[in-house]
Amino acid sequence: MAATAALLYIGLLLRPDSVSENERTASDSPFFAEFELTDHRGMVQTQRDFSGRWMLIFFGFTNCPDICPTTLSEVAAVMEGLGGEAEKVQPIFITIDRERDSPMVLSQYVEQFEAGIIGLTGTANQMAAISDSFPIFFERNEEASAPGGYTMSHTSNLFLFDPQAGYSTSWPYGTSAEEILADLQERI
Amino acid sequence: MQIGKAVVKKNHLIKVLVSLLTFVGAPTSTLAGSEDLVVEGAWARASIGTSRPGAAYMSIRNTGDTPVTIVGLATPIAQMSEIHETRTNAEGVSSMSSAGEITIEPGQNVALEPGGLHAMLMRLQSPMQEGESFPLTLKFDNGSTVEIVVPILGIAARGPSE
Repeated sequence: MAATAALLYIGLLLRPDSVSENERTASDSPFFAEFELTDHRGMVQTQRDFSGRWMLIFFGFTNCPDICPTTLSEVAAVMEGLGGEAEKVQPIFITIDRERDSPMVLSQYVEQFEAGIIGLTGTANQMAAISDSFPIFFERNEEASAPGGYTMSHTSNLFLFDPQAGYSTSWPYGTSAEEILADLQERI
Repeated sequence: MQIGKAVVKKNHLIKVLVSLLTFVGAPTSTLAGSEDLVVEGAWARASIGTSRPGAAYMSIRNTGDTPVTIVGLATPIAQMSEIHETRTNAEGVSSMSSAGEITIEPGQNVALEPGGLHAMLMRLQSPMQEGESFPLTLKFDNGSTVEIVVPILGIAARGPSE
């Protein structure tokens, strides 16, 4: 029993760092995706949970009726276009509006796109860590006419990370699904 | 689009055509109260229940010879609706705000499309469900109104042609 516990302990000690070291040497990316957030099913997820797959990450909020569903619809079209290669890519939607976007709200949202999108939200500290680890900007804007009295400004690029969680590329808002798909197929 | 141009002369036939087009989910073009304003290609995305806002898109053309300003929107499915605009700056940061009044010059067209202007439908009274449609009234400064029927596509729809 003690031996098992000790092995488990050693395993836990080794695992994150060794994986992390491998990740860093396997890729010469300028930066790596790092996060610990709760998904739309209530499960804690980090970048290590998607190790071995490309991550297609978009930051937005569910009260955004225009560019967020527009981008996620492009993502859904990209995933469909990938066909058999879709399993190599995990589409992820990270909310930058944690106050309104609980895991339950996210599940109502991402599941409607039928593209296997994982929705992620987190605590204030976890969200602060997100803005440090990703080159993104977001802020709350008071807007009397908006639902809840505010709206969010946010980086609207779609980011691609390689199977080692290293940054690969990003596409600005408005890039068509066809262009993204062609670029993605060259990379994966 | 030919439908819009033909409306004045063949109003009845067009209404029939429009109903048929609406039935098959194609872009609609309906005029009521103004012969100079043509609204085409209207569509909306399904909403997430009633607690999140919806958006509708369309193209509005002024075929008259005087400028016309859109001063308001109304629909029974939302307590508040107005035209909003998404802007994306050089750093790739997008934000959204009320677009205010929009003036359409003679012969010009204003496109409400993803990533730019959109009819923001707030405090929904009923969920916007795929396959259904809803009436939307556009109010102009010359006192005219145009009522259109907006087909609701899936939340992952990319445009009126799908």
